[in-house]
Amino acid sequence: MAHPSTPQPYKYTLAERLYLPLLSGMWVTLRHFIGNVFGRRKSYTIQYPEERRGYSPRFRGHHILTSRPDGSLRCVACFLCATACPAECIHIEAGEHPDVNIEKYPVVYDIDMLRCVFCGYCVDACPEEAIIMSNNYDMAFFDRASSIVTKDELQKPFTYDPAQLGYRPRYPEEDAQRAQAREQVRAGTLDLVAEARRRHGEAQDTSAASAS
Amino acid sequence: MPTATIPALPLLEDYPEGSVLPVEGADQPTWIVRREVLSRLALELRDNPETQFDLMLDLCGVDYPDRDERFEAVYHLYSLPRGERLRLKVPLTEADPVLPSLIDVWSACDWFEREAWDMFGIRFEGHPNLRRLLTHEAFQGHPLRKDYDPARRWILTEDKIYRPDPQPPGGDTDDDIFERMTINIGPSHPAMHGTFRVVACLDGEIIVASEVEIGYLHRCFEKMSETHTWQQVIPYTDRLNYCSSFINNVAYCRGVEQLLGIEPPPKAVWARTILSEFSRIMDHCVCNGTTLVDTGALTNFWYMFQPREEIYGLLEACCGARLTVSACRIGGLLQELPPDFEARCRNLLETIPAFISDVDKLITKNRIWLDRSVGVAAISGEEAVNRGWTGPCLRAAGVAYDVRKAHPYDLYDTVDFEVPVFQGGDVNDRFRVRMAEIEQSLSIIRQLLDRGMPEGGFIVDDPHVALPPKEDAYTQMEAMIYHFKLIMDGIQVPPGELYSMVEGANGELGFYIISDGSGKPYRIKVRPPCFPLMATFSRLMNGGTLSDAIATLGGLNVIAGELER
Repeated sequence: MAHPSTPQPYKYTLAERLYLPLLSGMWVTLRHFIGNVFGRRKSYTIQYPEERRGYSPRFRGHHILTSRPDGSLRCVACFLCATACPAECIHIEAGEHPDVNIEKYPVVYDIDMLRCVFCGYCVDACPEEAIIMSNNYDMAFFDRASSIVTKDELQKPFTYDPAQLGYRPRYPEEDAQRAQAREQVRAGTLDLVAEARRRHGEAQDTSAASAS
Repeated sequence: MPTATIPALPLLEDYPEGSVLPVEGADQPTWIVRREVLSRLALELRDNPETQFDLMLDLCGVDYPDRDERFEAVYHLYSLPRGERLRLKVPLTEADPVLPSLIDVWSACDWFEREAWDMFGIRFEGHPNLRRLLTHEAFQGHPLRKDYDPARRWILTEDKIYRPDPQPPGGDTDDDIFERMTINIGPSHPAMHGTFRVVACLDGEIIVASEVEIGYLHRCFEKMSETHTWQQVIPYTDRLNYCSSFINNVAYCRGVEQLLGIEPPPKAVWARTILSEFSRIMDHCVCNGTTLVDTGALTNFWYMFQPREEIYGLLEACCGARLTVSACRIGGLLQELPPDFEARCRNLLETIPAFISDVDKLITKNRIWLDRSVGVAAISGEEAVNRGWTGPCLRAAGVAYDVRKAHPYDLYDTVDFEVPVFQGGDVNDRFRVRMAEIEQSLSIIRQLLDRGMPEGGFIVDDPHVALPPKEDAYTQMEAMIYHFKLIMDGIQVPPGELYSMVEGANGELGFYIISDGSGKPYRIKVRPPCFPLMATFSRLMNGGTLSDAIATLGGLNVIAGELER
């Protein structure tokens, strides 16, 4: 099999010589224009920060250190997250916990957000579900020192609002949803495409509502 | 690990005893070659009708400090007519690491040899321009040697900078009415799609000579891989071709899985195939969209970026990130697929074609675009193969090589699709190939969705490879021990080496992986598909106008993250 030794470029048709296909192209842009002016087409532009994108409950954003019912950190300073981290952005210093059943706790737990690549390996590695991620992606800093986030900041701003949670090891609500959808598809009462479209529309509506 | 039989080629008998030794038990036919016979063997391998190794895929160095012959230059060859692969290994001593340059046999060797010189200090005799490629001129030492400390830093002073001054081969001629002008495009120029630098010598508007400088985005991917565990390399692979990072994940994980001898479960394979095709669509959208922006057709960019936006939404729902997905794990996927995965995919299948057809109506038959692209930067199939091209750019030049067809992996042997081929080898045909491939990808996804999601787990049930389910790790002692072992020591990949390839969005994406059984990769070499494309860029733009050069670069789909690793 010999490979073609000379390129054979595209041959123009008569219509193309006469620039006729431009008309159908102009119709495309005109259609989009009319659709945009009268608001019948979905716009992909988001008026950030007034309007926000709806992310999935798996979004890998700012980390959260979870707490025990008494408010103390669940973390037992086992260093698995720091070991698993490919970016080496987690710094832990362990201390002795007064409770002998817990043994250790983190005296220092810092994450360097400028180093972090948001891969979620720390969440996968944690044997205590002590570190999970939120869907918060607003992380801008005025200087490098403030990019190192301490354990208080990792714990503080997040109470367990399910709407704020991101990447986690388990999604109980998803499992329930999955089981329910499976039942409905089997019974023939659920049209998957219509359902996805409905949900897509809902996400648009909520982002628009939060803007106004 | 799959083993390959070694073809008993008649030509081997003509060489002195011991100068070409086949290796038993390798993943693909492998010969250890003495450097004295390399030039002759290479020429014969290319021209002998019984071998026809016309495509030089990859050339890299490997360092074994414990061996007498410390370095090894590894060539990966491919025979397009016969569909066979061959690996040549040439051992070299530290005192005399010199090889004959094979640039006359395969032009693709040009930049690959420069990279091997830069990274390992292997000298190629007869190479016309053996300078550093990825590191700075003032850099000292060869960073991928095992005795090079990864934390070593150099002060790179400005007086050591190499100043390119390309001159046309004929020199100045007297009838020149214009004065020649040398201009700098990039490294930070919007038309350069990343950080490349082109120094072009202009005669009026025509580029008469040019030189391409890369290395501005080199981030030591291969060196970093050697100091991290096998799992920790996955987030790094995201950053190779960041327009279709999912495909890089699949390519790397497939390689390690083959070394381990494990098969991911059917559900993971199914989802990997679907998401790879979505990533390919996304990559082609970006490439065609930006090519059109560069030629002044901005509207198409918006139309092309809308499907991309939708696909990012799907990827984010699967793994939690849009761009750098890290969605694969060795042995499967990182998490269970979302409950509405199939529904979302079907929704995308309905929405994407409208955008593609809008761009099709605007551009494909538009004479303004055709005048800008037909015959621009044309290359023949023969030359493209010799220069190591693969992927859509090669198919635009009339050579129907697609890894998905030639060496099917995942589920590609069970679906019907065509490999679009065009004969022009120019910017227009590169555009048309990508548009046709988007159609084919949609058809592949449709067929897979019709088949239904396979039942079962999303990752292999092997505690030596995959983390045990969290419920078990929290409650059972055994699962907890496996969990700790896997995080602390990493996956223990048995010693061996393997070249694994997938069809990336811009060509054959190969991972040449060597394991020494230590829990960390011994060497990972990426075969970046856009590397040979960029190496040809200078040849493509010489003789064309400056504006054609910009259109050409867009059509090649060169991604800096992958090019420079």
